[in-house]
Amino acid sequence: MGITTPKSELVLEDGSIFYGYSFGSKKSASGEVVFNTGMVGYPESLTDASYRGQILVLTYPLIGNYGVPGYEEEDNLLKYFESDRIQVKGLIITDYSDRYSHWNAKKSLSEWLKEHDIPGIYGVDTRELTKKLRKKGTMLGKVICNNKQISMENPNKRNLMIDVSIKKPIIYKKGKKRIILVDCGTKNNIIRAFLRRSFTVIRVPWDYDFLNEKADGILISNGPGNPKKCRQTIKNVKEALSNNTPILGICLGSQILALAIGANTYKLKYGHRGHNQPCIETGTKRCYITSQNHGYAVDAETLPEDWREWFYNNNDGTNEGIIHISKPFFGTQFHPEASPGPDDTEFLFDMFVRSIK
Amino acid sequence: MINRKIKKVKKVLILGSGAIRIGQAGEFDYSGSQAIKALKEEGIKTILVNPNIATIQTSDYLADKVYFLPIDAFFVKKVIEKEKPDGILLGFGGQTALNVGVNLAKKGILKKYNVEVLGTPIESILSTEDRGLFVKKIKEINLKVPISKAVTSVEGAINVAQKIGYPVMCRIAYALGGLGSGVAYNKKQLIELIKKAFSYTNQILIEEYLSGWKELEYEVVRDQYNNCIVVCSMENFDPMGIHTGESIVVAPVQTLTSSENFKLRSIAIQVIRHLNVIGECNIQFALDPKSEDYRIIEVNARLSRSSALASKATGYPLAFIASKLALGYSLTEIENIITKETSACFEPALDYVVLKYPRWDLQKFRRVSSSLGSEMKSVGEVMAIARTYEEALQKAIRMLDVGMKGLVCNDLIFDDLEKELKEPTDKRMFAITEAIKKGYSIEKINEFTKVDRWFLFKIKNIVDIEKKLQCFSFKNLSLNLLKGAKQKGFSDLQIAMLTNCNELDIRNKRKKLGIVPFVKQIDTLAAEYPAKTNYLYLTYNGCVDDIRFKEKNQVIVLGGGAYRIGSSVEFDWCCVNSISTLRNLKYRTIMINCNPETVSTDYDICDKLYFDELTFERVLDICDKESPLGVIVSMGGQIPNNLALPLHNTNVKILGTSPIKIDNAEDRHKFSKLLDDLGIDQPEWNELSSIEAAEEFASKVGYPVLVRPSYVLSGAAMSIALSKHELKKYLKKASAINKEHPVVISKFITGAKEIEIDAVAKKGSLYCYAISEHIENAGVHSGDATMVLPPQRTYLETMRRIKIIAKKIAKSLNITGPFNIQFIAKDNDVKVIECNLRASRSFPFASKVFKINFVDLATKIIMGKAANNIDRSSFDLDYVGIKAPQFSFTRLKGSDPVLGVEMSSTGEVACLGDDFNEAFIKSLISVGFKLPKKTILLSTGPMDSKMEFLKSSRKLSELGFKFYATRGTADFMRENGLKADILHWPLDKKEPNTLTYIADRKIDLVINIPKNIEKEELDNDYLIRRKAVDFDVSLITNLQLAKRFVESISRVSIDNIEVKSWDEYN
Repeated sequence: MGITTPKSELVLEDGSIFYGYSFGSKKSASGEVVFNTGMVGYPESLTDASYRGQILVLTYPLIGNYGVPGYEEEDNLLKYFESDRIQVKGLIITDYSDRYSHWNAKKSLSEWLKEHDIPGIYGVDTRELTKKLRKKGTMLGKVICNNKQISMENPNKRNLMIDVSIKKPIIYKKGKKRIILVDCGTKNNIIRAFLRRSFTVIRVPWDYDFLNEKADGILISNGPGNPKKCRQTIKNVKEALSNNTPILGICLGSQILALAIGANTYKLKYGHRGHNQPCIETGTKRCYITSQNHGYAVDAETLPEDWREWFYNNNDGTNEGIIHISKPFFGTQFHPEASPGPDDTEFLFDMFVRSIK
Repeated sequence: MINRKIKKVKKVLILGSGAIRIGQAGEFDYSGSQAIKALKEEGIKTILVNPNIATIQTSDYLADKVYFLPIDAFFVKKVIEKEKPDGILLGFGGQTALNVGVNLAKKGILKKYNVEVLGTPIESILSTEDRGLFVKKIKEINLKVPISKAVTSVEGAINVAQKIGYPVMCRIAYALGGLGSGVAYNKKQLIELIKKAFSYTNQILIEEYLSGWKELEYEVVRDQYNNCIVVCSMENFDPMGIHTGESIVVAPVQTLTSSENFKLRSIAIQVIRHLNVIGECNIQFALDPKSEDYRIIEVNARLSRSSALASKATGYPLAFIASKLALGYSLTEIENIITKETSACFEPALDYVVLKYPRWDLQKFRRVSSSLGSEMKSVGEVMAIARTYEEALQKAIRMLDVGMKGLVCNDLIFDDLEKELKEPTDKRMFAITEAIKKGYSIEKINEFTKVDRWFLFKIKNIVDIEKKLQCFSFKNLSLNLLKGAKQKGFSDLQIAMLTNCNELDIRNKRKKLGIVPFVKQIDTLAAEYPAKTNYLYLTYNGCVDDIRFKEKNQVIVLGGGAYRIGSSVEFDWCCVNSISTLRNLKYRTIMINCNPETVSTDYDICDKLYFDELTFERVLDICDKESPLGVIVSMGGQIPNNLALPLHNTNVKILGTSPIKIDNAEDRHKFSKLLDDLGIDQPEWNELSSIEAAEEFASKVGYPVLVRPSYVLSGAAMSIALSKHELKKYLKKASAINKEHPVVISKFITGAKEIEIDAVAKKGSLYCYAISEHIENAGVHSGDATMVLPPQRTYLETMRRIKIIAKKIAKSLNITGPFNIQFIAKDNDVKVIECNLRASRSFPFASKVFKINFVDLATKIIMGKAANNIDRSSFDLDYVGIKAPQFSFTRLKGSDPVLGVEMSSTGEVACLGDDFNEAFIKSLISVGFKLPKKTILLSTGPMDSKMEFLKSSRKLSELGFKFYATRGTADFMRENGLKADILHWPLDKKEPNTLTYIADRKIDLVINIPKNIEKEELDNDYLIRRKAVDFDVSLITNLQLAKRFVESISRVSIDNIEVKSWDEYN
């Protein structure tokens, strides 16, 4: 990339502007600007539906190094991605490697962004940008390419479920045991986690009435935005809780579970997005390094009598998981399925599976 | 069962790593110092054994007791008996400490004295050190290691190699820095390799050779609650096949996908849990560049060079945390010292890239091959922090201080480029650059070098900018290109060279255009949490400074840069002590340094740490931002010393002696003239202008003559010429070093003593001083000499004259601060041979032996503050300190282990003793010398040295030693009534041969005095010396040293040596 590359800029709602050079699509785009501190894993992150409507800032400066893999499938899922498209509205980085190197790469990051019509900016002081977001909290922003002006758009005002969830149930057949996966924008690796454990996964839309489906366990997936927007899911989960079918909520799913039991959720100043979030299992000295991507959190103070805080964040003390004192109902704010990120808590899937008799 | 409690130990023994040598450098000063701090914080008493007197860890304010003793089971046992510690830390002194610890445990000594091993248990250490056990352990959890078989015989090795298929890798268990390992492409090479290896060990590993696989390292921390974190991932630029100590290393990993990275992370944690490591460890992987297949190469269950690097790269204080974990803390109970808001239980997120580059000094050794492989040869390293790979790479290359201006703009010529690519040498990076310039495709270079394409693309980016810059002149250079070049790490000097102007033109132009670097913090969490960190670097890939510059009263101390021959941990000691004095004087301190193996780059040492280049440009950038009161250049050795004048000329205030005066002492021509003016004697000298004039001068004063250029450290290109022919040859070598400064030749005086003075002066008057004598005669570089303090065999009159001369020089150069002068003395004639207006290598030695901190005094004086008066009686000691050099010849295949005017030692130790003999024996053992038991091979050189050694031979004979000797020496001995069995010279190829006897371990000590000082051709003496080194047989090559040694062993028995801590000598 030379000095002739088109200039691009990121404009934040507080009026500050960060200048850089364009890569990927040459269009302008707007969204909520968030940062992720993971140092690897852009193909997975960009396809994580939890980023729907967001412009993603990567704090690690060197991006694009190993290119982007191809669209090979396994069990009807894209093998190397977390959903079937790029979910972010824009990508902001410091240094872009157009020439990539990896045995598994099929194209450059820029080519892939173009394919999905997503703009990127490189040459930005992402550390300064991150500091700004940390101090002022998450802000709206827009990527302006070639001076093509657009207006600010707040993704949190919409119900993003409509964008990210499937329209009709899909069945991933494996073993006899069946998991209902309520898709609020699920990462493929959650599905893979159950397929690997020989469960058949019935993936249903976010507002699907799954109560009459025969299931051995229910999983409420991760997803974007404010959990309170998922009214139908909350209602369904509330009903499901009257049975004893095991339930696991992940990320947004955990927040939905909390709302279903009458607890409250709130928006964090700038959220947790990265691969290094330490979570302590309450009452122990065990700490797990987890992968996270969320802007909202459960208020543990509001948990009802028979629920407990299961995990909490060792950096800022926020809730990282909830558990019922006697029934097989669990929620984790972090991502045990990782991808990208450390797999320290993958064992939670085994635990959940064990709770299914 | 794990005892889940905080340990209730009261007194802990910490083993250091001894002298700096290849494979074991300053990183263990850092880790040991951190351990002591961590224990002290808990109220635990600390006992340290380390003969490396120049380290910070042996400072009086750290450990409660310091023993300057050899780190071996014999002496450590004595310390245990005396101190009765209840705990011991083995993981902070490198392989040396670990080996001694294992040895003590195996002998049952730890158990006998109830000393608990803190941190990783001995069983776990054993299962990482014993290759067979290690493989068994890994296989228990179904993970993959390279196919490998332990063999104990040559035949066994050949069989296994055949099964695996050539090429195969040979490795030794328990070896630091890959000693004795290598790749064999066929049976012949294999036999050669393993024969040598069996001289060190009785177990060798034959393994599948994973050439071209990616090489990765992960630093893992685990507590007793089974919490595990991976603090740093690192990727080697050089793939498998090149020792990681020889590799350019990047953190975090660059070419791995998320899936690969987290797979290796996960394996690392599984392994560490299975091995029950508590504290810190390092795990190395090989990864197939064409799939996700991997091998676990090794685990180091201790702090290592890589962990020091990881610590500095991430800001995560690994050694400190590891010490706390060893005491039983959980990771969640320890604070993140940087953020102070979060705990130590997290994995650092970097928002920059780090690159480590090794520093080699191969040209200092005769006969050493410059090719890189599975053995470590580098003597130091630098670390660059930046926000693009290109910026990091070019910074690092400049940090090496080997005359390279960055990746490009160097005058390097490669005769056989393809060979350079295929068979890597220390110039490999430049060979790749040259190949890209010559139009080799990235594919081709990848095929030759196996370096990942991504790294090659980055090199190409730099070459592309170089090409662009060449199309412009200073005038039409655009803002965009200038900025782009700076963002890719180009220095002002490089840009100036490419656009035909000078460095300051570019500097002024870019500052006018607003192109300046920005200061960024290292905060471990990529700005996610606010941090009050003072750990800083500069980058052009940013738009705002992280910090504000409001501090007044700031003083900058320039560090020493990469460890190299002639500049090592002693300058770090000076810097750290100077900073500490400045802090006590209430100045705000700024440290600039780029060496990850140092204590000076621990961010709790100073108020601000700039981990950045020690170049004119970068120091000026920092001064522009910080506006300090001034800069101290006299503590970090030659790099800062050389920056004094240029900085002074750009109006930076240099504190202490004036840079003009520094130049007067550095420039040999000016200095010699000054001595003439002062009426101080010096060896006859002349400035060289032509070869004819030089020859005329040499024949006038008579050979031998010494040829030396100005402005060099450790005697680079300094030589003794014995004849006209040699003079011509050396002149060529010397003038290639530095064209800007004149070359001087001087009369070399044979048979003279060498004496040094380390001193501090205040406004030209001598404030305090230490005079020390060398055991070896003049002609051995002062860095390689054995030093005695206070002098035992120097006339009082000589001492008096030296003091007077020092006073005269101090006055005429108006010295304020530290300085060092070297003298030669014959009878009572004293001549000055060198003078440095900065702290010298022996400052820590003098300070610690006298218990007067010269650096503290010098710093106070430099700042114009009151310094305590020195009581003259403090120089009157009841004990003796002896500093001995540590050589790394074993590591440098083929090098000639002989002393000369070029420095070749990599480190040093110093021991104290009630008398000379005791201190001398201890210091020799500390540098790995084994006292002979029965047999000595003598080859005592020319007739006059044979004569001189005769008395010593008699003494050895009285002590009951059996002699072997080469023919001349044996004849001489027989004539003088001494019996010696004749062994044939190596080239005679007849038995009984010297080489066979050494190889068969029939010889305990070789005394080989070279026939002359400067002969380079392959000869019999060289073969004997080399064989001794290769088979780890003690070797003495200097006549004075040999004589003193004989005297000492005749008077001291090692069993009767009483161990005394530093504070017991008074």
